[in-house]
Amino acid sequence: MKRWLPAALLLFVALPARAEQPLLADLTSHLIAITTGFTGASVVLFGATDGPGDIIVIVRGPQHDVVVRQKHHLAGIWINAHNVAFTNVPSYYATFSSKTLDQIAPPDVQALHQVGIANLRFDPRDAATPANEVALFRSALVDDARATGVFSDVPGSVSFLGDRLFRATVAFPANVPTGTYLVEVLLVRNGIVVSGQTTPLVISEIGLDADLSEFASRYALLYGIAAVAGAALLGWLSSLPFRNA
Amino acid sequence: MGILDIYLPIAAVSLDVVGLLLLGTAVGVLSGVFGVGGGFLLTPLLILIGVPPAVAVASSANQLVGASVSGALAHWRRGNLDFVMAGLMLVGGLAGSVFGIWLFTLLRRSGQIELFISLAYAALLLSLGSLMLVESMHSWMIRRRTGTTRKLHQHNWLHGLPFKMRFRRSKLYISALLPLTLGFLVGVLSAVMGVGGGFIMVPAMIYILGMPTSVVPGTSLFQIIFVTAAVTVLQAVTNNTVDVVLAAVLLLGGVIGAQLGSRWGSKLRGEELRALLAVIVLLVAAKLVFDLTVRPDNLFSIVSEDL
Repeated sequence: MKRWLPAALLLFVALPARAEQPLLADLTSHLIAITTGFTGASVVLFGATDGPGDIIVIVRGPQHDVVVRQKHHLAGIWINAHNVAFTNVPSYYATFSSKTLDQIAPPDVQALHQVGIANLRFDPRDAATPANEVALFRSALVDDARATGVFSDVPGSVSFLGDRLFRATVAFPANVPTGTYLVEVLLVRNGIVVSGQTTPLVISEIGLDADLSEFASRYALLYGIAAVAGAALLGWLSSLPFRNA
Repeated sequence: MGILDIYLPIAAVSLDVVGLLLLGTAVGVLSGVFGVGGGFLLTPLLILIGVPPAVAVASSANQLVGASVSGALAHWRRGNLDFVMAGLMLVGGLAGSVFGIWLFTLLRRSGQIELFISLAYAALLLSLGSLMLVESMHSWMIRRRTGTTRKLHQHNWLHGLPFKMRFRRSKLYISALLPLTLGFLVGVLSAVMGVGGGFIMVPAMIYILGMPTSVVPGTSLFQIIFVTAAVTVLQAVTNNTVDVVLAAVLLLGGVIGAQLGSRWGSKLRGEELRALLAVIVLLVAAKLVFDLTVRPDNLFSIVSEDL
């Protein structure tokens, strides 16, 4: 009897919750630790819905400012002649979905919820920048981010087990920026977003590496002097075996 | 992805250890043979394999500290280091880099500093490289014909300057103003262009001061130690971009390379050494000209402002 008690309790708690919440989701881990051997990582996202529908998972990294420069040909040489600065660009952006985004939601819904790289909004720092210029520089930025793997759309990566249970593997490349991420899960039914849930995910350096980079920013002068002393010591030590050559 | 990846905490990327070690060794050989720091090759190569530019510049400076200590020691043990000459150039160099940093800020405010640097660099290297190549070929041919080398430096007005000093190791009796001014100019250049300045310093020591080629690498490396140490500390304080893990891995390869290099270097004849250096200088110049004139694959470059 005792063995059944937790399961019964769970059912008791879960049933009313499901009645109010059409969508429940969580990650297997809310922390990705970057250590010396880090070559990328993935976490599993799992959840349940109150009925059939499609799932879109949006992962966003911390925002930063980005400058895009364009080279021009001038008097025989190529120089950086033009640039546009964008603010609040996510350092990482990825969508994972059960079908292609266009199969799940109409364009206006995608735009409203900023679903997909094409609908990601970020603005030029100078509001007076002409629209065609913004579009050109924006696409250069997006192409670069896609190439380095920090922007991606992965359709078909959310799988359903039956009608209600779903899971997705959210994979991060080795060059993933550190910081606090937001994982947004949307339940879409008949082209309408019926429910959403947001979960944080922290990607940070752990262990010796983290201590090192914290030390480097907190005691910069000491770090610099230690770096020089360490290098000099290593240089001296290495020359010893060759002394009598 | 390489054979064995290592995560670099400041650069925040994972790179192959074996590749980094080999890169360090190759640059170390160069520094041991010629007495140039090799920063002008190391920095662009690091950027090429994915290290953020700011981290690449600062961390190569850090690794060069160790590489030049190792190289300078090796040359010193063979008696190929002129401390008096190096000390004077160092004093000039420190003053020059302070002035250079001031000039850098001034130029940056006017815009297009990168273009200015690339053009000045290319012009300087092209003329320097061709002069050296012609000279070393010439003296090599004279040696083949007569079996002797003629005096490297001609006496000119430079040798009539006041404050004359005797430099025993370099077998010279010249004005102290010469190494001071040379150090100052190289200091300005390295601050503005962001390199140790060894490959400008070395030819200048040979051709302007008239130092024996054997003494040049050790003496040059000795002061590169101090220039790169200053740069490392400055970068660590102002930009937080020194990655000691990256520097240490590069250094492990670099010190071995430097020892090998200084041994090979002492086996080469003076004019052979100069001809080789001339070829390297010309190659770097050609790369610069190529980058400036050939249409790049991607006209756009993306820079994050947070680093």
